[in-house]
Amino acid sequence: MATDIRIDYYPTHEQEGIKFRRGHVLPFGATMVPNGINFSIYSSEAIDCTLVLFERGEAAPFAEIRFPEEFRTGNVYSMIVFDLDYERLEYGYRMDGPFNPEKGHRFDKSIILSDPYAKAIGGRDTWLAKPNWDDIYPYRSRLVFEDFDWENDHPLETPIEDLVIYEMHVRGFTQHPSSDVKNPGTFAAIRRKIAYLKELGINCVELMPIYEFDEWENSKENPVTGGLIVNFWGYSTVNFFSPKAGYAATGKFGMQVDELKTLIKELHKNGIEVMLDVVFNHTAEGDHRGHTISFRGIDNKTYYMLTPEGYYFNFSGTGNTLNCNNPVVRNMVLDCLRYWAADYHIDGFRFDLAAILGRDQNGAPLSNPPLLESLAHDPILAKCKLVAEAWDAGGLYQVGSFPAYGRWAEWNGKYRDGIRKFLKGDDGLVGKMAQLVQGSPDLYYYRGPTASINFIACHDGFTLYDLFAYNEKHNIANGENNNDGGNDNDSWNHGVEGETEDAGINQLRHRQIKNALSILMVSQGVPMILSGDEMGVTKFGNNNTYCHDNELNWTDWGLLKKNDDIYYFARHILRFRRAHPVLRSATHFQHRDYVGSGFPDISFHGTQAWKPDYSDSSKCLAFMLDGAHAKNGSVKDDMIYVAMNTYWDALYYELPALSSGRNWYLAVNTSMPSGEDIFEIGKEPILAEQGRFLVGGRSTVILVGK
Amino acid sequence: MAFKIDSVVDEPVAVLTLVGELDSLSARVFQTEIEKLSTKTISVLVLNMEKLDFMSSAGLRVLIFSKQKIGVGLNIIIVKPQELIVDTLEKTGLHHSVTIVDQYPE
Repeated sequence: MATDIRIDYYPTHEQEGIKFRRGHVLPFGATMVPNGINFSIYSSEAIDCTLVLFERGEAAPFAEIRFPEEFRTGNVYSMIVFDLDYERLEYGYRMDGPFNPEKGHRFDKSIILSDPYAKAIGGRDTWLAKPNWDDIYPYRSRLVFEDFDWENDHPLETPIEDLVIYEMHVRGFTQHPSSDVKNPGTFAAIRRKIAYLKELGINCVELMPIYEFDEWENSKENPVTGGLIVNFWGYSTVNFFSPKAGYAATGKFGMQVDELKTLIKELHKNGIEVMLDVVFNHTAEGDHRGHTISFRGIDNKTYYMLTPEGYYFNFSGTGNTLNCNNPVVRNMVLDCLRYWAADYHIDGFRFDLAAILGRDQNGAPLSNPPLLESLAHDPILAKCKLVAEAWDAGGLYQVGSFPAYGRWAEWNGKYRDGIRKFLKGDDGLVGKMAQLVQGSPDLYYYRGPTASINFIACHDGFTLYDLFAYNEKHNIANGENNNDGGNDNDSWNHGVEGETEDAGINQLRHRQIKNALSILMVSQGVPMILSGDEMGVTKFGNNNTYCHDNELNWTDWGLLKKNDDIYYFARHILRFRRAHPVLRSATHFQHRDYVGSGFPDISFHGTQAWKPDYSDSSKCLAFMLDGAHAKNGSVKDDMIYVAMNTYWDALYYELPALSSGRNWYLAVNTSMPSGEDIFEIGKEPILAEQGRFLVGGRSTVILVGK
Repeated sequence: MAFKIDSVVDEPVAVLTLVGELDSLSARVFQTEIEKLSTKTISVLVLNMEKLDFMSSAGLRVLIFSKQKIGVGLNIIIVKPQELIVDTLEKTGLHHSVTIVDQYPE
């Protein structure tokens, strides 16, 4: 809007009253320059490129300007167009070139293509507002202003070992009527829940995909309800640089960028980091039968991994695979993440199906993937957390072996699986548990415990409540005959499948949730909880709710009251972790006393002190952390003793003796009813019997020695 | 309704009365008024919005532009904005940068 006149920015060409000149090749995308807009786009194989300009929302373009040949530098077309209305402009491109799928080319100049570097996309401005299916350009590139007032905000740079991550879906978090907020389902509504997040005690929200996607993609009728099945989760990117307009209450005004930035600023003010779940493994264009939105029509062979026959490799399980280790695509990913880090103050990124990012252009795993190395060493991303979902749908499983370059952490899927099996009482897990609670040194010996993002439930799979309420998945409503979603849930319904009036079963399920939360919060590494697990949300046994814009994905805030014992426990076990630095080490334990306290930093025990039972049938493990070794001895903390019993009956655990003058106090006992299962910091009752403790069946006990 | 703007300047206070619909085209008129003010010594910008029915993102941007052009210390007072406008200010967080009152002077 506000530009200064510069005499060196003068038009050299004119077409039907529109003035333009040769542009700058970099940066790619549309950039405001004095008096005009610089457009720049790459294509290695196009023979011709045309800029298409629309008034916002108009059916037909008001201008189409072919790039003169002299405006092409190498494989980049660039042009400055003068006197455009930045606010009202929508733009796209037509690319001409060969249509020869066998050779990887799918040019079609009849299609108007979205700019891969667009900073906002129009067309899906309001969530599930019915689109104009006849629109000749459904995903419209727009410009955004860079005048947001961040005040003194900057990324928080919280040490990763001190994070408690809360995985959240923007719409699902507040869309339920019980959320009782204005503008439910939006970035603005999350702001109204910040006080809740603070009270809960998390300090990092991980937002499920917020890059622009199309909720209408693959929409169809729900076979159970007759309602609409949509792309709710959003793991199908239309544009990597644009926030999802439909997640903004102001999306219809084109203000989604401001609304999201305001949310991030407010979260930061409250000490909460923002991590984005980013999906660079594939795009929304699908396989050879899919729609051409952008990449396919601009440079199919560059952006996608193709088979020798010109079909799409499908390591993502969704039709195509982004060609991330092509230098051009790699640069796009880097540019994108730098943009989010610099312009949106994002604190970290979780990479969906990140193993794909380590594959070469033919799909083979690389020993030294240039993209992962570039991200790890990038100066702009230097303080960002980088977290990999270290597997893909093509069978590459890299938990513990993801190329880390000293930077990357991983969603520790083995932690999830091990804890689940242990809690349901499987044999042979005690040795594994000893590794998991230490931050998995068997996986991350050289990387430290912070390489391990510990979780027991996430968006993908059962909720924590459902983990203990269902043996089997119940995915009929997804419309795929219950064939979708994982079958390896390691869940246990405790006697009845789904909801029950049996008080004993319900009590045991609640206890198991508290066991899970307790173990998660006393494990070294970085804990992550799924939004709503702190109040016992259920998806009624559906373990793959990607397609439901309804109660299956909307957090029912009424559960705060119904399951108030779980919520109370969750809040206090998070406080317990925060109060005890010995639980949040950045380095692995050394299993020795290196500060002269008389105790090793960690020791393992069983029903007999100092004698852990690692036999196959054992279901008992205890461990003790010496507070004198907290943060490598740099801070003082209490002794912490954790006893886990997945045997069905109560067992006495002999307690290790403390140094003279210290006593054991009870912090947590999940076998007790609410009110006696967890105690506030500093108000833990002293044990009457200091030498042993009766640990209930399927229970966890935490003691504090002080 | 066509956009109209009246300006009364009594340094250091400028009072602008906005009437009608502030869309991307009329935002330029609004912006021009702000640019005129930048040549004066203004510390309080009063925007009377009682009769403003609609404000687009372009209009909101002019609020940001005002601070950039006149100075970050500028106190922007919005008088009696309609609910739709307050709502948009809140959702985008711009309400933190302005003061909303029912009348001026209070």
